[in-house]
Amino acid sequence: MAFSAFATGTAKEQAPRRKSKIALLLLLPGILYLMLFFLVPLVSLVITSFQQPVPYGDIGEFQNAFKWENYVDVVNTYGEHIFRSFAYAILATIFALLFSYPLAYFIGVKARRWPLLQNLMLVLVIAPFFISFLLRTLAWKAILSDESFVVTGLKALSLMAPDAHFTGTPAAVIFGLTYNFIPFMTLPLYSTLERLDTRLLEAGSDLYAKPAMTFFKVTVPLSMSGIVSGVLLTFIPAAGDYINASRDFLGGTGTQMIGNVIESNFLVTLNYPAAAALSIILMAVILVMVTVYVKRSGTEDLL
Amino acid sequence: MASGTFAESGADLELVGIKKRFPGFTAIEHLDLTIPAGSFFALLGPSGCGKTTTLRLVAGLEDPTEGSILIGGKDVTKLKPFQRQVNTVFQSYALFPHMTVLDNVAFGLRRRRIEDPVAKAHEALVLVELDHLAARKPQQLSGGQQQRVALARAIVNRPALLLLDEPLGALDLKLRRQMQLELKSIQEEVGLTFVHVTHDQEEAMTMADTVAVMNKGEIEQLGAPQDLYELPRTAFVANFLGQSNLFTGHVASTTSTSITVDVEGAKITVPTKRAQRHTGEVTVGIRPEKLHLHKDEPKTAAGTNSIGPGRIIDVSFSGVSTQYTVAVPGLDNLTVFQQNTTFGPIAHEGAEVWATWEVDHGFGLQDDPGAAPRFPADTDTATIAVQKRRALKSELEES
Repeated sequence: MAFSAFATGTAKEQAPRRKSKIALLLLLPGILYLMLFFLVPLVSLVITSFQQPVPYGDIGEFQNAFKWENYVDVVNTYGEHIFRSFAYAILATIFALLFSYPLAYFIGVKARRWPLLQNLMLVLVIAPFFISFLLRTLAWKAILSDESFVVTGLKALSLMAPDAHFTGTPAAVIFGLTYNFIPFMTLPLYSTLERLDTRLLEAGSDLYAKPAMTFFKVTVPLSMSGIVSGVLLTFIPAAGDYINASRDFLGGTGTQMIGNVIESNFLVTLNYPAAAALSIILMAVILVMVTVYVKRSGTEDLL
Repeated sequence: MASGTFAESGADLELVGIKKRFPGFTAIEHLDLTIPAGSFFALLGPSGCGKTTTLRLVAGLEDPTEGSILIGGKDVTKLKPFQRQVNTVFQSYALFPHMTVLDNVAFGLRRRRIEDPVAKAHEALVLVELDHLAARKPQQLSGGQQQRVALARAIVNRPALLLLDEPLGALDLKLRRQMQLELKSIQEEVGLTFVHVTHDQEEAMTMADTVAVMNKGEIEQLGAPQDLYELPRTAFVANFLGQSNLFTGHVASTTSTSITVDVEGAKITVPTKRAQRHTGEVTVGIRPEKLHLHKDEPKTAAGTNSIGPGRIIDVSFSGVSTQYTVAVPGLDNLTVFQQNTTFGPIAHEGAEVWATWEVDHGFGLQDDPGAAPRFPADTDTATIAVQKRRALKSELEES
C-alpha cells in the first residue's frame, strides 16, 4: 500500500514536467505563427486606425497620431452599413440553421442504418467546396440575373413584377450568404447529431414527452455544442463577408456591408485609418456578440 | 391517458396472439401472456429469445406485427409510448446527461403537468436513498447510483406497469444482490406491477412471484420460481434454470404411481405425476444437488434410484458446495453437488462411486427426444445465448 502510494505520487510529479516541455516545443510553431501573422498585423491595424493625414501630403499618406475621432467619423458615416452587416449575417445564420438542422438530423440520425447514403449525403454537403467560393457566387448571379430563365419564367407567370429584379436586393445577398455558409453549419451539427444516443429519445417518449417536446427538451440541448459551433462558423465570416454583397456579385448599391466599405476605403479611396477603424469595430462587435451568445447558450467550455 | 393523475394501482397486462417480425427474422412467434396486477413478473431467457422485444412492444417502442396488447383491460396496441401509462427502466439507464438528477426524475411529472413535481421527485429520490445527490449530473454518479436514479425516474410517475429491461446487468455481484432486495421491497411498498426482463436465472428466481422462461420467441414454461425449478417441463427449462442431469430411454415398466425408464441398462424411476410423457422414448432428469454419492455399492431400496459404478473425473470446490463430475459407462457425465458440511471433498478424482436419489425428486420432460436427440453438450445456457446473439447479429447486418 505504502509503496504503491509512493510510486504513484512520484509518477504524478514527474509526468507533467516532462509533458510540459514537449508541449511547449510542439506549441512553438503555432505561437510563432500567431505572433507573426495575427498579433503583429493586429497591432499595426490598431496603430493605423489612429493615424491622421500628413498635412499637405498626397492621398493615402498618413502619419502616426492618436486621432480617436476616426472611430466617431466612421460610425457616423457607415453606421448604416455596420447595422446592415449584422442584420444580414444574423438572418443568414438563422436561415442556415433552419435549413441545416433537418438535413444534419437526417444524415446523422435517420440515415444511420444506411452508411452508404450517409456518406453520399455528406459528400453532397461538402461538394460545393470543390468549386471556388467566387465561382459559385458568380454562378448564382447568372442564375438569378434579370435575363435568366428563373427570373424571366417567374415574370412570365406573373409571380414577379415585370420591372422587378432579384440580384441587387437584400434578399439576394442574404440568400447568397445563407447558401455559401450552409456547409459550415451542417458539418458541426452533423458531428454532434451523429453521436446522439437515440435511446434517450426513447426514454423521453417513455416519460410522456410528445415528439416535439422530446426534440426541444432532449435533442436540442444535446446538440447544443454543434449549434453553437455552427452558428459561430456561419455568423463570424458572414458578418465580414464582402463577396455576396458586392455589386459585382449578388449585391447592389443599397446592400453594401461593412466588408465592402472596408474594401473600398482600403483599395479605392486609400483612407487607411477609416478602413482600419472599421475593421477594429467589426472585430469588437463580433467578439461582444459571440461572448454574449456563448454565455447565453451555456457552452462556455467550448471557448 | 388521463393527464395530471397517477394510476390508482398496478394494472394487469395482457398480450394476445402477439407476433413480431423484423426484416429477416421473427423475434416473437406467438405469444399469449397475462400478468396479474400488482405482481412481480420476470421474463427469463437467453439473449435473443425475444424478451426485450416483448418489453419494447409493451412500452410502445415497437409495434407488433400481429396481436394486441391490453393494459388494465384497455387496448393500447395503437397508442404511442408517451400515451401509455407505462414506464421503463432501460438497460442503459438512458438518463438525460444534460439534466441534473432531480430534473431527470421530474421529467415525466412535468410532461404530464402533475402538481408539485419537484417535491414528488425528491420523495422518489428519498425512496432510492439518493436525495443528497439531487443536484448532480448523471455522469457524476456510479453505475449503481445511476441505476437507482433510472428506477426513481420511472417509479415517480406511478405507472400502471413498470418495465425493467435487465436493469442490473451492468452492476457488480454485490451491488446486484443489494439492488435485487431493494427492488423487491420497493415493489411491495408501491404495489405496482413490475415486469422484469433478465437472463440471470438467479435474479429472476429471487425477485419474481412468477417467472416465464422464454426461448426462441415463445414461452416455454410459466410459474412460481420454485415450481419451475423443481418440476421443469422441457429440457431447455431444466438446463436454463439451474443445472440438470438428463437421461433418455424407453419406458420399460409402468405402475399406477410411477414409470421406469431403461437407460442403457440402468433403471430410473420417476413418479407418474411428475412426468409429462408416459410412453415411448422419454427424457427424465434430476437436479445435481438431489444426488448422493456413495463409495460402496448401495443396497437397492424401494423409493431410490441408483446409478453406478462411475468414476469421478473432476472435482471443483466452490465454497458452499463441491461439484463432482462422474463418468458413468453408457451414460452422459453426471453432475453432483454435495454440501461441504465437513472439511474437504468426500471423494477424490479417480474414485469409484455410485449415485443415488429419491424417486420423488426426479422429473420427466415433455420434449420429444427424437427431435432433440440426447441434448448435446453445446446447448448449455451460455452457448445458446452466444449462438443466438451471433445469429441475430448476422441477420441484422444482412437486413
